[in-house]
Amino acid sequence: MAATSLRRFGRSLCWVSRRGLSTSCDDKVVQQNGKSMNLYSAINQALHIALETDTRAYVFGEDVGFGGVFRCTTGLADRFGKSRVFNTPLCEQGIIGFAIGLAAMGNRAIAEIQFADYIFPAFDQIVNEAAKFRYRSGNQFNCGGLTIRAPYGAVGHGGHYHSQSPEAFFCHIPGIKVVIPRSPHQAKGLLLSCIRDPNPIVFFEPKWLYRLAVEEVPEHDFMLPLSEAEVVREGSDITLLGWGAQLSIMEQACLDAEKEGISCELIDLKTLIPWDKETVESSVRKTGRLLISHEAPVTGGFGAEISASIVERCFSRLEAPVARVCGLDTPFPLIFEPFYMPTKNKILDAIKSTVNY
Amino acid sequence: MGLSTAINRSSCWSSLTRHKKPPLTSPSTQNPRGPAQNFCDREALFSSYCFESVKAEKESNSLNDVDHSQVLDFPGGKVAFTTEMRFISESPAERAHCYQVLDNDGQLIICSKFKEVSEEIAVKMYSDMVTLQTMDAVFYEAQRQGRISFYATTIGEEAINIASAAALTIDDLVFPQYREPGVLLWRGFTLQEFANQCFGNKADKGKGRQMPIHYGSNKHNYFTVAATIATQLPHAVGAAYSLKMDRRNACVITYFGDGGSSEGDFHAALNFAAVREVPVIFFCRNNGWAISTPTSDQFRSDGVVVRGLGYGIRSIRVDGNDALAIYSAVHAAREMAISEQRPVLIEALTYRVGHHSTSDDSTKYRPVDEIEWWRLARDPVARFRKWIERNGWWCSEAEIELRDSVRKQLLHAIQVAEKVEKSPLAELFMDVYDVPPSNLCEQEKLLRETIRRHPQDYPSDLPV
Repeated sequence: MAATSLRRFGRSLCWVSRRGLSTSCDDKVVQQNGKSMNLYSAINQALHIALETDTRAYVFGEDVGFGGVFRCTTGLADRFGKSRVFNTPLCEQGIIGFAIGLAAMGNRAIAEIQFADYIFPAFDQIVNEAAKFRYRSGNQFNCGGLTIRAPYGAVGHGGHYHSQSPEAFFCHIPGIKVVIPRSPHQAKGLLLSCIRDPNPIVFFEPKWLYRLAVEEVPEHDFMLPLSEAEVVREGSDITLLGWGAQLSIMEQACLDAEKEGISCELIDLKTLIPWDKETVESSVRKTGRLLISHEAPVTGGFGAEISASIVERCFSRLEAPVARVCGLDTPFPLIFEPFYMPTKNKILDAIKSTVNY
Repeated sequence: MGLSTAINRSSCWSSLTRHKKPPLTSPSTQNPRGPAQNFCDREALFSSYCFESVKAEKESNSLNDVDHSQVLDFPGGKVAFTTEMRFISESPAERAHCYQVLDNDGQLIICSKFKEVSEEIAVKMYSDMVTLQTMDAVFYEAQRQGRISFYATTIGEEAINIASAAALTIDDLVFPQYREPGVLLWRGFTLQEFANQCFGNKADKGKGRQMPIHYGSNKHNYFTVAATIATQLPHAVGAAYSLKMDRRNACVITYFGDGGSSEGDFHAALNFAAVREVPVIFFCRNNGWAISTPTSDQFRSDGVVVRGLGYGIRSIRVDGNDALAIYSAVHAAREMAISEQRPVLIEALTYRVGHHSTSDDSTKYRPVDEIEWWRLARDPVARFRKWIERNGWWCSEAEIELRDSVRKQLLHAIQVAEKVEKSPLAELFMDVYDVPPSNLCEQEKLLRETIRRHPQDYPSDLPV
């Protein structure tokens, strides 16, 4: 993954929406040479490979039959048939409950929740059923073949119900994994890992990047390891940690900080639970400072957990309080989105105040 | 409601409707002890139930005969226009009838049509019902003595448990609620295995992680019980879809109660099952009570059976205390589910004679007379015994021997289970994921250090 490609879709340049949330007609713009592609195409390619390599894999959810509202399932029903790729009734608890039963029979159940904002009717199925299926049966049964895909996060014009980042809720559930990719290449490799991992996984896809993020993605079948964070950019003065779409914003802040002589190390956590404490810890031991950034509201966000863990492990090495640059503790507000968001300059300010603490 | 009154009214379900206005059914159709002709009608109704939806499909296709200007071609089929502004009634003219084969006295109802049961199967059915009844009595007592932490009986629902299980094959998958241990018993789960689970010992397949009665057995295709209500219904649909894709000669059965029919998962599951056309049997044990909540506080519909129509699912109501009716209905449902790849809904009308669980005293919210009437006059076990005795398949000597033997086996199972140690501490951290991640390894290490410092804080019967 070339860190430079992240610059190509700087969100700070485009607060005004450029694309609709729903189907648009520019599906064929990318993937001309089969290498450079956007994030939804990378997801689409991963799903093709998943269905191709495992006849027991199924893809379903609301509107997935025609390709999905974000086009992630384009072409799958034609290629693999309507019994393996299909629409479901509009009922999230039904989708996940059905998926758990399908997975419990040794299948790869790849369920789509149309927006992460709508995942909550399925919360009970995820918390009490999927996450405990193996444990409560003493490993007699499991639904490890379950992967729940859901677009999450800000998109510029999504308001309350097309913008939320609910990952922290799902990081409080022993028994599931939570994975969020930052780019097309990551999305393909991580999604294939999730689908093939023997544990139920919630995979949040940064919807802002579906079309905006474009990079080289290997055509072949490949997987990226779960529970391994990645140092995307090395630095010595401060560690910046994030995931998903926020990585590109953080990288811009790193570049600006560099101009002011501050060397930032940037880490993509990728898997939120179970998370790679070791990589974060060793980076903080080196830099002595940590800044965490996520779109979700700051209070009770996953940044709080990371902060507490790192303070436990690196207290004597820290030279400043752990900084959190996150969403505000308000519902996601349509016209106030530019104010709500953890923007590049908020991050830059926090970098400077942490380094100068 | 006095005992004699209840019997005189002779409606099987009178006590379930007592919170409502007088029943819509006329006294004559309500009387299951009526003339033989009545039961023949009942039979006819059963068959019409089975194939009503097929007939309906054909009728809708024949709308071609209708003047096209009066018909709307709408997704799902043609819809006829009418000039009459008529709202569909909120309830049918009479309540859905209830399929019955054996009357309260264990007499075969004349003209009743049912699936033949061999002597061998009938005797096993009866023996297992008695075993279940005895297990409930012994384990309930064990809880009262403080030997196990919790228990819930199936008293009054023995026929539902055993007869439904008997009509299935071991290849059929079971997604239970928590009041169907008889299905597991029928499939060969031993009394020792039941006891091990209730004691949460090392031999418990669930490794002592769940409360008593949360049984599960991969070997018996019986998915582990969860205390959550109706969440297993959509699982059953997903599993049934897998059977469908694998073209297996098997179906899924999932059980739930009248209370469970109010959960979102119930609606989700029925709708998904109908749309995906999967071989699943939804078996509702309408026992009148969801802990203390009577069905009159649960729904306004005519029970649960009528919901099937709303989802496009074939449905039948059966007498839940009539083992032969249950056996026949489940047998027919299984045939339809597999051969036609479709879901079927069964509502069994019964009564939870026991308390909800050992944490409940149901006399606080329902009359003792009502409980006693169901316990004595409508006991499904006694009813089935009368029938097999009349067939010459059972006698008092066999009865005494069976009850005595089962009781001894159960007491022995408890004594054995009590002495088996608990699963080792390492099992606390296993099975959260396929392999324990680093946070769990770290937590285990820390916990073990704490135990070393404060061993007195932890149970001594659990090896660390």
